[in-house]
Amino acid sequence: MIAALRHWLDSDIGYSFRSSPTALVAALIALVCGIAALFAPWVAPHNPFDLVTLELANARLPPAWYAEGSKTFLLGTDDQGRDILSAVIYGARISLAVGLASVVLSVVVGVTLGLLAGYLGGWIDAFLMRLCDVMLSFPAILVALLIAGVGRAMFSNAHETLAFGVLILSITLTGWVQYARTVRGSTLVERNKEYVQAARVTGVSSLRIMRRHVLPNVLGPVLVLATIHVATAIITEATLSFLGVGAPPTSPSLGTLIRIGNDYLFSGEWWITIFPGVMLVLIALSVNLLGDWLRDALNPRLR
Amino acid sequence: MKIRIALLCAALLAAPPAFAKPFKWSSASDIPTWDIHSQNNALGNGVHAAVYESLVYYNSNSFKIEAVLATAWKPISPTQMRFSLRTGVKFHDGSPFTADDAVFSLQRAMHKNSNYAVYTQGIDRVVKVDANTIDVFTKDPNPVLLNQLTELRMMSKAWSEKNNSAAPMDIKTKEENFAHRNTNGTGPFMLKEWQPDQKMVLAANPNWWAKKDANVTEIIYTPVKSAATRMAALLSGEIDFVLDPSPQDLDRIRANRDLKVLDGVENRTIFFGMDQFRDELPGSNIKGKNPLKDQRVRKALYQAIDINTIARVTLRGLGQPTGALVAPQVTGWTEAIHKRHPYDVAAAQKLLAEAGYKDGFEVDFACPNNRYINDEQICQAVTAMWAKIGVKAKLRTQPLATYFPMIQRYEASIYMLGWGVPTFDALYSLQSLVRSVGVGGDGNYNVGRYSNPQMDALVERTKKETDLKLRTDLLTKALALQNEDIAHIPLHNQVIPWAMKKKVDLVHRADNRIDWRLLKVQ
Repeated sequence: MIAALRHWLDSDIGYSFRSSPTALVAALIALVCGIAALFAPWVAPHNPFDLVTLELANARLPPAWYAEGSKTFLLGTDDQGRDILSAVIYGARISLAVGLASVVLSVVVGVTLGLLAGYLGGWIDAFLMRLCDVMLSFPAILVALLIAGVGRAMFSNAHETLAFGVLILSITLTGWVQYARTVRGSTLVERNKEYVQAARVTGVSSLRIMRRHVLPNVLGPVLVLATIHVATAIITEATLSFLGVGAPPTSPSLGTLIRIGNDYLFSGEWWITIFPGVMLVLIALSVNLLGDWLRDALNPRLR
Repeated sequence: MKIRIALLCAALLAAPPAFAKPFKWSSASDIPTWDIHSQNNALGNGVHAAVYESLVYYNSNSFKIEAVLATAWKPISPTQMRFSLRTGVKFHDGSPFTADDAVFSLQRAMHKNSNYAVYTQGIDRVVKVDANTIDVFTKDPNPVLLNQLTELRMMSKAWSEKNNSAAPMDIKTKEENFAHRNTNGTGPFMLKEWQPDQKMVLAANPNWWAKKDANVTEIIYTPVKSAATRMAALLSGEIDFVLDPSPQDLDRIRANRDLKVLDGVENRTIFFGMDQFRDELPGSNIKGKNPLKDQRVRKALYQAIDINTIARVTLRGLGQPTGALVAPQVTGWTEAIHKRHPYDVAAAQKLLAEAGYKDGFEVDFACPNNRYINDEQICQAVTAMWAKIGVKAKLRTQPLATYFPMIQRYEASIYMLGWGVPTFDALYSLQSLVRSVGVGGDGNYNVGRYSNPQMDALVERTKKETDLKLRTDLLTKALALQNEDIAHIPLHNQVIPWAMKKKVDLVHRADNRIDWRLLKVQ
């Protein structure tokens, strides 16, 4: 494990990583947020979803450095007496999970359709690309809102896990387009290269060529796109939750927390909404910076 | 100089007329309908009063009953009251208001689809005497008949029949009638535009029969669900008035030089109701029986609620915890009834164990999220308090537009409800809330379907009792029985401040509605 890491750090990309302070800081922040979110039950000081531990008398306590604050609640509490720090950690877990899941799904869908369109061409290509055009002509958030809204109306009494399903689906459906476009472009280039033609002449099936020969050569840009897309997906999720069609209040994501706290902004209880906001900015910014660095590192012309 | 005067004159001529005065206001939700007999909702009733008038209404300063569309009334016999109607009153479409319209409107309120039967309680029939006189016959002598009539507004017979709205819209179905979106009243304002949940515009009625105190030419209502957004609109000057400011924002409003707060106690009690009818609760893990039928379970839920902390923290002091189903201004209320069963978690756990639910149970729990002050937050807090005695309440919150029809279809196991008393008489509450479900207004908001023959007997006796002293005793007895049975879990009486610009001049009413006749904007 360590040897592998050392090996990686000695490589070209590893060198560029070591020599970029932005990348180092961003990676550090992303790592801390990610680990905190992953191990939330052990990291967070309280379990904000355990109703039995909530005490209404602790509601709206300011952060610990204020005179009225309490050391038990480092970043203060919300209107129900929930610890903000724990709520933020658990919220980040949900935001990250939703973000990653929708990116993975988007990549799978987008890359598959892009490969098919680029390699097969003809009416499949035409059809898929027109579909992309249609998707691109709407703002992503509008499509996501539509799907989330319709999904909720159709299954109004369903279990809340379904709310997450609808949320992931709506982000996926708006996110796959850019992968399909990128992969199709690269595939068009690769398709006519000698090694593909050689494979075709020796009678390898189209599916196998796409999978074994073309795919590895078009994945580079997808990796960069996906990294940046994680940040976008988290923000889309937060927006939907802020608008009330995302994660339910019983298992709040960062966006839900910001929405709940928004009601208390005018009365001076800023910590209820600011801290989830800060967490959201930290995650989105660090992931974005990492994506930028990766793009530069993988681009031979910038070396 | 001459040119200057000419310019000045031109400027004066071109200036907009000084009397165009809009009044822009907001609260959390829109009114459910414009059909005046379809849904007995306090916000709706208050807004309807701008367009439709009743025979009599409360004076906003003295809260005594005063003449509106009736000019005089006198009893002919103990069960017959004769009303002389105001002459020269015209509906907004220009047709005159006559005895036919009055008879029609009262009968419409007594229709089986009507949600206002609780206000026609005891009325046997309504008869036209001549073009400007009607007789109201009651089954028994009714000491609160005039109070009931304050909420029965008048609409045009010809207009309703022509527009297929002779019967009130049934709120349990989704069918709309013409009167749901269109109006034709006699009131000081006319409905100009209504986009539900977005915007409502009322224009002043130039042909109103009374001399107008109000100087407002247009009333613009914009419901805004988020308390923070509503407050931002008031602070930025976009709106003039907020009916239901959030408790957390009051200090900020009081500190603002351009704004003021009008404090007042609302004649409204907030409580939880429980399904005491079904043999098995949908969505509960207890099969084959309904834990809420057991008085010990209801008492355990009651005693597990720390209402004082809710009032202090969640409501920031804007609630008066109570053990009674009615507010202190209501006839029948006493200090003894007001006293709550104490907050005691250990006692609650013991009661649950006695009832056979040592480990608690799961139960559906429904709350509105834009009807009462901090309703959703209160329910969340109570969910946490019940969790401590093992009761897992599965909270779902809905906006009022879907919430009230839902509980009226008996779909909630535990639900939140607030009950204002326009008649200032506990019979109104008892008949609606604890009388077994029956015809007329009986049990029309008893959506937990609580039923106790002793209670029914008390309510029926009160309806007929004419000795006021005895009648009040009966009301108190019935309220005590409710507390004994824990038919409902009372929470608090709502204290409801209004927030507005300093230039708005109006009177705070205990029924939490604006008196449109007195509304002035400087």
